Amino acid sequence: MVPGIGTKVVFERNELDRLITALRERQYRVVGPTVGEGAILYEEMTSSADLPAGWTDSSQPATYRLNRARNGRVFGYTLAAQSWKRHLYPPRQRLFRAERAGRGFRLSGGGGDEAPMAFIGVRACEMAAMQVHDRVFTQDGFTEPGYVRRRQAAFVVAVECAHAGATCFCASTGTGPAVGPGYDILLNEILDAGRHVFVATAGSEKGGEILAGLSCRAPAAAELSAAAAQPASAAAEQQRRMSADAAGVLSRSAESPHWDNVAGRCLTCGNCTMVCPTCFCTSVEDVTDLSGDIAERWRNWDSCFTIDYSYIHGGSVRQSGASRYRQWITHKLASWQQQFGTSGCVGCGRCITWCPVGIDITAEVRALEDREQGR
Amino acid sequence: MPEKKRPKLAVWKFSSCDGCQLSLLDCELELLAVAEAVEIAYFLEATRTAGKGPYDLSLVEGSITTPHDVQRIREVRRLSKVLVTIGACATAGGIQALRNFHDVKGFIDRVYAHPEYIETLATSTAIGDHVAVDFELRGCPINKHQLLELIGALLNKRKPNIPKYAECIECKLRGTPCVMVAKGEPCLGPVVQAGCGNLCPTQGRGCYGCFGPISHQPNTAALAEHFTALGMDARDVQRRFRSFNANAVAFRKESEAHAD
Ligand code: SF4
Ligand code: SF4
Ligand code: SF4
Ligand code: SF4
Repeated sequence: MVPGIGTKVVFERNELDRLITALRERQYRVVGPTVGEGAILYEEMTSSADLPAGWTDSSQPATYRLNRARNGRVFGYTLAAQSWKRHLYPPRQRLFRAERAGRGFRLSGGGGDEAPMAFIGVRACEMAAMQVHDRVFTQDGFTEPGYVRRRQAAFVVAVECAHAGATCFCASTGTGPAVGPGYDILLNEILDAGRHVFVATAGSEKGGEILAGLSCRAPAAAELSAAAAQPASAAAEQQRRMSADAAGVLSRSAESPHWDNVAGRCLTCGNCTMVCPTCFCTSVEDVTDLSGDIAERWRNWDSCFTIDYSYIHGGSVRQSGASRYRQWITHKLASWQQQFGTSGCVGCGRCITWCPVGIDITAEVRALEDREQGR
Repeated sequence: MPEKKRPKLAVWKFSSCDGCQLSLLDCELELLAVAEAVEIAYFLEATRTAGKGPYDLSLVEGSITTPHDVQRIREVRRLSKVLVTIGACATAGGIQALRNFHDVKGFIDRVYAHPEYIETLATSTAIGDHVAVDFELRGCPINKHQLLELIGALLNKRKPNIPKYAECIECKLRGTPCVMVAKGEPCLGPVVQAGCGNLCPTQGRGCYGCFGPISHQPNTAALAEHFTALGMDARDVQRRFRSFNANAVAFRKESEAHAD
């Protein structure tokens, strides 16, 4: 029987392989967590052997380490180094190709021929980030066709956090750790007394159909309560929080002397924007071959921290590191509210972990708040 | 279609290892397309024939280290419509600019049996310190894709897509997890211009700065402080800033701030 939306079932850990196979049989390109280059990465996978079973990670400002765990937890890490943005809105996108043909030219290659993707292991904060992008890329009649196409075709297997990382703060931004609607399947991984099972919730008809192909049974009461307790304990573990008044603080802090203090530490390297699941800025470049017979237009990730990003006639608008950091954090936490009706921060903590010098967005807001109140 | 008049290309060498010129030869298949698109009028590394100037595009490799170089680069400038420096030697003085921090006469006396035959300057300096430069291609050596991009852009009269941003951006576009964060490897990436294709971080190593400092306000002091926090002593910090681009202003100043 196909589990209806909201129905919970339980399957054994070994069934994960069948889950991946079932998705692949439906022509999905399955993308999920793997271990590579010293971190968890979201990459294409072919079987459950690619999953990071027995690995965990620790995140501190400017420090990340992969560690061996004592248990065989499959989703025992927190987050990959980069988010699903890499797949839904890739770092380099070819917009079109133009080839000289007689006196005119022929256009091709707008995309649209990629296989649909299935994402395994989407966290609550990452679901929230996708929903932020859903607004950004469809707002006011402006639709980003590539993103919308990839997003609509994507199958989402969310996994609820049993633990939070030391840089996570989704509980204070209201974006986790409990996974909100929008998934096709939600998993809670339960390891206890030698048992290793998944409580699975169908979130869509597609999700129910996939679950129907696995060997599932009805959940026991203890399994349901163990699953329900996970987000609460992940929330309780969180060591950081974003000020509830972040937007207000920033909108009043344009002239704060604190910006020079941050600029003394900030390398303007752009890592924070690159790893952020919601930052979406890009620039467009035109390339030609030597003969000039073929031209292509590409859209590449860019960042408000690069000097050329604010370049207009006569020079760059944001010359100083102070103005560039201010732009980033103010846009993220305050102007997004006006622009998109939501904060641009989902509390994933990546910008804190992956900032090479550990600049902490929550601490900078607190410092601005302290200055405001003369503390 | 009538035969287009092909622009004349010249490749010049000053004090250097020839590695950047080899990057042009390394273009292999694309080199044929280059040879079709331009007339290679002067390129001693590849051919003995030396066509006469003036040249539409001069690629200049190497730094200025002798009184003769000083004269010759002025002549090259006079013969060139567009002058592009290629590589760390030409854009910053190269590894041989390490001499700038020491007594060159002392080296010569030690190394050569007849020091009186050696005619050299006390410093190795960038081409841009002597003549006007139209564009800089960074790198030790340069990246051949950037070279082809530059030539393609000049031929098609468009802006070259040679980003000025930091290596970190290139690193993140590729998807490399930061080696400084994930492995504690000191990395110059945040203050170094992109362009190498993220070679070292993809091998789990920190950036050594082949492409030189970003042109706009590299925060070398904050990065040096972080290197110290990662356990580097002052000498190692100095050495990190003192390699292929030791004489680039930002790196020279930062290296001088750390003990010898
Ligand atoms: S805050 Fe950190 S990651 Fe962001 S630009 Fe500054 S140094 Fe780089
Ligand atoms: S601003 Fe930082 S914590 Fe917030 S969503 Fe972006 S990367 Fe995550
Ligand atoms: S921020 Fe929240 S949802 Fe995201 S990984 Fe951390 S605990 Fe999980
Ligand atoms: S590895 Fe180096 S280049 Fe890459 S993000 Fe880290 S500091 Fe930047």
